[in-house]
Amino acid sequence: MDKTGEGGIVITKLDDLLNWARLTSLFPMGFGLACCAIEMMGAYGSNYDLDRFGIIPRASPRQSDVMIVAGTVTFKMADRVRRLYEQMPEPRYVISMGSCSNCGGPYWEHGYHVVKGVDRIIPVDVYVPGCPPRPEALIGGFLKLQEIIRKETIRAPRAVQQIMAERMNNEDVMNNV
Amino acid sequence: MTFAELRDFIVAQFGAEVIVAEKPDNLQPYLVLQPERLAEVCLELHDNEQTYFDFLSCLTGIDNGPEAGTMEVVYNLYSIPYNQHLTLKVQVPRNTAGQPIPAVPTVSHIWRTADWHEREVFDLIGIYFTDHPDMRRILCAADWEGHPLRKDYKLQDYYHGIKVPYDNHNENSGFRGEPVKLTQQPAPFSDRREKPE
Repeated sequence: MDKTGEGGIVITKLDDLLNWARLTSLFPMGFGLACCAIEMMGAYGSNYDLDRFGIIPRASPRQSDVMIVAGTVTFKMADRVRRLYEQMPEPRYVISMGSCSNCGGPYWEHGYHVVKGVDRIIPVDVYVPGCPPRPEALIGGFLKLQEIIRKETIRAPRAVQQIMAERMNNEDVMNNV
Repeated sequence: MTFAELRDFIVAQFGAEVIVAEKPDNLQPYLVLQPERLAEVCLELHDNEQTYFDFLSCLTGIDNGPEAGTMEVVYNLYSIPYNQHLTLKVQVPRNTAGQPIPAVPTVSHIWRTADWHEREVFDLIGIYFTDHPDMRRILCAADWEGHPLRKDYKLQDYYHGIKVPYDNHNENSGFRGEPVKLTQQPAPFSDRREKPE
């Protein structure tokens, strides 16, 4: 900073600073459901090295910013996925990784046990296609998520907007009943 | 021991009426036994020094469909000391709606393998195994409705407020930010632990 000769002061917008801090330290929750999780682990490993984006898996939902739903979500698992999502602090994001969690994948028609898309349980920010997606595709998903976060502003927090939208939705339901 | 000798062995021990049907010329020959005497025959095949069927390779349930009106359980036995295979079957009548599901005696006290296999058959096909120590679902959720591998199985519409079928996927849940409208009131997220009823 001293190189600039400006007394070690950097001027930026608060929005940009917060967004930069958030999008360069995305901590995903360390859990996987099926073969997509193997590709996810490959992406964490030294060859693809998600660490260089500041992406470090955390062992607890309380410490996580993003949930990677990597694999087939069964109805038995659906309650657990929803509970883990609810345990994550705001602001929280969801990456749906692979065909199964995007839309049910190969189980879309006859898979009695598979949730036909994890977006039936929790809101999804980024869908990563593939069966399973390569680690490059998962990195692409993270870059997309970074773009989403970069556009956020504290004057319109997403979490508050979501709660308000949910309330309006509930009021609609109540009015219809 | 050949298949015919095994058959004669069972007839000598338990009488001819215990074998309901047999198919010796099959690629995998099998005996169809009386369901109520299955457990004692299996125990003898397991314990007797001439047979020693000490390994249950597989246990399968089959739904023959509403037209046939029967269900089967297939037992693939193997004797490690004698390198000998034997296939046993039992056939029970299929239940229609409202009737209790068919029952077959358990063999889980003879082969521990049968414990989880019988739970799987109960879960997916819907055959009850009497005297089983822990007869509850093994794969599907504890409060799942129906037995998915039955020929006349119909999916339920909702499970814990989640729509089960695939149709109209995008209209109902694909897009973000739009209100999700469901015809049925979604049930609240259950905190109930899975326990047998």
